[in-house]
Amino acid sequence: MEEIKVGLEVHVQLVTLRTKLFCSCSSDYRGKPPNVNICPVCTGLPGSMPALNRKAVEEALKVVLMLNAQPYETSYFFRKTYFYPDLPKNFQITQYDKAGGYPLAHDGSLKLSNGKTVRIERIHLEEDPGRIYYEGSRATARYSLIDYNRSGIALIEIVTAPDMSSPEEARDFVERLTTILSDVGINVKDYEGALRVDVNVSYAGGERVEVKNVTGAASVEKAIVYEAFRQKTMYEKGIKVVRETRAWDEKRRITIASRGKEFEAEYRYMPEPDLPPVTVTESLIQKVKDEIGGSQEERYRELISDGINEELAKKISSDKDLFNVYEKIKFYEPSLKQLAANVLANEISYLIKRYSIKNLPEDVSGLAEILQNYKMIPDHESAVAYLKKWMDGERVKVSLKTVSAEDLHDDIMQTISENYDKIKNLEYSKKFEFLMGILIKKFGKENKKVLVEELTKVLNKTK
Amino acid sequence: MNLEGYTLQLILKEIENGNLSPEDVNEFYHRRSADLNRVLNAYITLLDPEKSRPEGDLKGIAIAIKDNISTKGVRTTCASKMLENYIPPYDATAVSSLKKHGGSLLGKTNMDEFAMGSSGENSAFGPTRNPLNREYVTGGSSSGSAAAVAADMAPIALGSDTGGSVRAPASFTGIIGFKPSYGAVSRYGLIAYANSLEVIGILGKSVQDVSLLFKMIAGKDPMDSTSVNVELMEKNISKPRILVIKSFVELSADEVKKEFYSSIGKLESAGFEINYADKFSLTDYMLSAYYTIACAEASTNLSRYDGIRYGPKVESAGNWRDYISRARSFFGPEVKARIMMGTFILSAGYYETYYLRALQLRKIIKQEFEKIISGYDAVYVPTMPVLPWRIGNAIEDPKIAYAADVLTVLPNLTGSPAISLPVGKVREFFVGGQFIGLKDEDMKVLKVAEMAENVLQVKKSGRN
Repeated sequence: MEEIKVGLEVHVQLVTLRTKLFCSCSSDYRGKPPNVNICPVCTGLPGSMPALNRKAVEEALKVVLMLNAQPYETSYFFRKTYFYPDLPKNFQITQYDKAGGYPLAHDGSLKLSNGKTVRIERIHLEEDPGRIYYEGSRATARYSLIDYNRSGIALIEIVTAPDMSSPEEARDFVERLTTILSDVGINVKDYEGALRVDVNVSYAGGERVEVKNVTGAASVEKAIVYEAFRQKTMYEKGIKVVRETRAWDEKRRITIASRGKEFEAEYRYMPEPDLPPVTVTESLIQKVKDEIGGSQEERYRELISDGINEELAKKISSDKDLFNVYEKIKFYEPSLKQLAANVLANEISYLIKRYSIKNLPEDVSGLAEILQNYKMIPDHESAVAYLKKWMDGERVKVSLKTVSAEDLHDDIMQTISENYDKIKNLEYSKKFEFLMGILIKKFGKENKKVLVEELTKVLNKTK
Repeated sequence: MNLEGYTLQLILKEIENGNLSPEDVNEFYHRRSADLNRVLNAYITLLDPEKSRPEGDLKGIAIAIKDNISTKGVRTTCASKMLENYIPPYDATAVSSLKKHGGSLLGKTNMDEFAMGSSGENSAFGPTRNPLNREYVTGGSSSGSAAAVAADMAPIALGSDTGGSVRAPASFTGIIGFKPSYGAVSRYGLIAYANSLEVIGILGKSVQDVSLLFKMIAGKDPMDSTSVNVELMEKNISKPRILVIKSFVELSADEVKKEFYSSIGKLESAGFEINYADKFSLTDYMLSAYYTIACAEASTNLSRYDGIRYGPKVESAGNWRDYISRARSFFGPEVKARIMMGTFILSAGYYETYYLRALQLRKIIKQEFEKIISGYDAVYVPTMPVLPWRIGNAIEDPKIAYAADVLTVLPNLTGSPAISLPVGKVREFFVGGQFIGLKDEDMKVLKVAEMAENVLQVKKSGRN
């Protein structure tokens, strides 16, 4: 097979934001009735003006730094004009790298599993359009309905160089990117349509074809497999591949010509006059750096060097929240780290899944209490119940197994016989003190009272 | 009761003294407006007077608002067929500021469609007529606001100024027109024509009136990222230092020139320090830079009017191109022309040649202006190079209207405050002169204008 070249334009919703990019409408649009999270700004009403959500810049910078890209000190928003019913102003506010503009960042990179480096040309901020809804199917619907709940949601677009040379590499890129995004809290997997890819494919040095709106890593791979095959077939028949935009049909697993030839010229980019330039200062970069902490790899290495086994380390490092709890426990009581790793990777991970828990508590003192008394908790079921209580943010007070006098009798007799040589010559009070020390260690301070009673009885009898 | 010639300040004083009630005042303006609107066409929408009287400095007085400024629940047409039935669900920040100060709405005034024009003739609702002579234009684009104030159909009015749209009609109707510094008043809710040039302005009967209203609507607004806080403290100037740019005056018609020079004499003898600059070296480029930037911005601003959300129902037969040309046929000819120019300017290959160059020119013009004005309180030049023309003349030759903007576009390119006031009289018309200041020094030009107003006393009929 001749060489194919693949470049990606990955659109990622900044799902960590509560509001939209240019207005204060809620960004929580999934499963909502149509047109409830809207205002004059995100519906582009005449006279409305965009005002930048500064938090979006910070969230975008997290991704920029994770992808080793260079932020521009000053970047600009542009208007990209095209007519489409889901675009209420008929222009999209985006960033542009030509016409005197600069995007948020440039020149990053991402390393694939096979060691190959994919160059990232630029990363920019832009607004998501609304959504068109067709009753039935697009072909049969008598009218199209428009839902603007999504309109104005903050997106970043990550543009790669055409550095991938197989469908698998492209898939790997998207998977690696998804992990990096979740490292900074952007869990695109939890939100349908939060990651959308435009795939550029060219075969044997021919014209590049853009396949729009492919969702998910697996579909990216499939779309490229098909598109490469289509172009190869044309090439072998001597038909010239034209530069065009195609759509990915997920059901039929083919790409379909969607628009005619498209030139950049048609977008009529111009600077957005209602928005001042975006400035990214050194101190902002430092602030973002402090917030993101390290990567999954760095977390994994730390766990391994703590003596945690590979399986547990892999599980904990893949989730930043779990790792943070691990770190806090380690700081609180170093001797608990092994147990903490076990519980985090097993019981707590299970509970997160089982109850779809979003965030773990900041305060880990409750968890530390559970771990310190872990062996004394009567059964596994109650241990899990304690953990759940802590995860729900409730106060945790571990009440341990209480022992009855009868239960103790045998243990006391056993302790005496095991230590008979050491105590036989001691006077009563010394003997009592020595035995109590061993028993308290075994049963805990909570049971001191009953221990004193029982030990007194036993010693008096044997005297 | 007859409030002809009353300034807003006089009205407020008379209410304070118990000689007038806000209801009487609103009733007067409403009745007079309903009556005169048939001939002057100043209002597109005239509202019924409000019953409840809001508290605050304005005591419930109703104000005229240009019909490109969004008013919640009141249709805002931009004098276009495209927005004929558009009712905004929100108030522009300037409107809500006025309401907070106890102002209410008198009506929405006629204008050149989407604020594109200098005469007041490009309106889907018909031209506004000049109260000084009904066969003549009022100037534009805030034509209805100017006519309403000049004809005592409103105590004061809001307009917008992109390239002279407040000052031109103020000059042609003999009233005061103030264009604040760029960003001094929030544009949120002002339906955009050319975002980087325009600002909401005020048309009134005295400098003090516009100054009073300016202080109510000025200030940084989180909804408008380009807005700023300008100094609002009264300025004390004992001897204004004025710079007259001769080449600007020389662009004017003889009768304008004569009146303007005579006003300079009066100001000088009243203690104004008058200095002259021979020319402003970039005069020839001002109009080109202005129209290039304005049309480019307009073409994208107006692309949202595609017949889906706004405008009369369009038959959806045929392909997309057929549909879009039918939908956009509801724009008037001037708007279409500017959209086409703007679209051309922003096309690949031409963007650098025209748009980027215009932006660079604007920068140079601004630097040049800052250099020339340094050491002076204000630049003083005529507002319009000509007197009002007969309705219909400019439609035959659009270049007449474009050329008429040559003296007003400078403050829009530099972001400067500028105020036009009547400085002379020719037959039934007035000659307007404008004071232009450094950006954000609004109170300074207002002070200079107020002093000039007192010296010149052109409109003796008004009661102050």
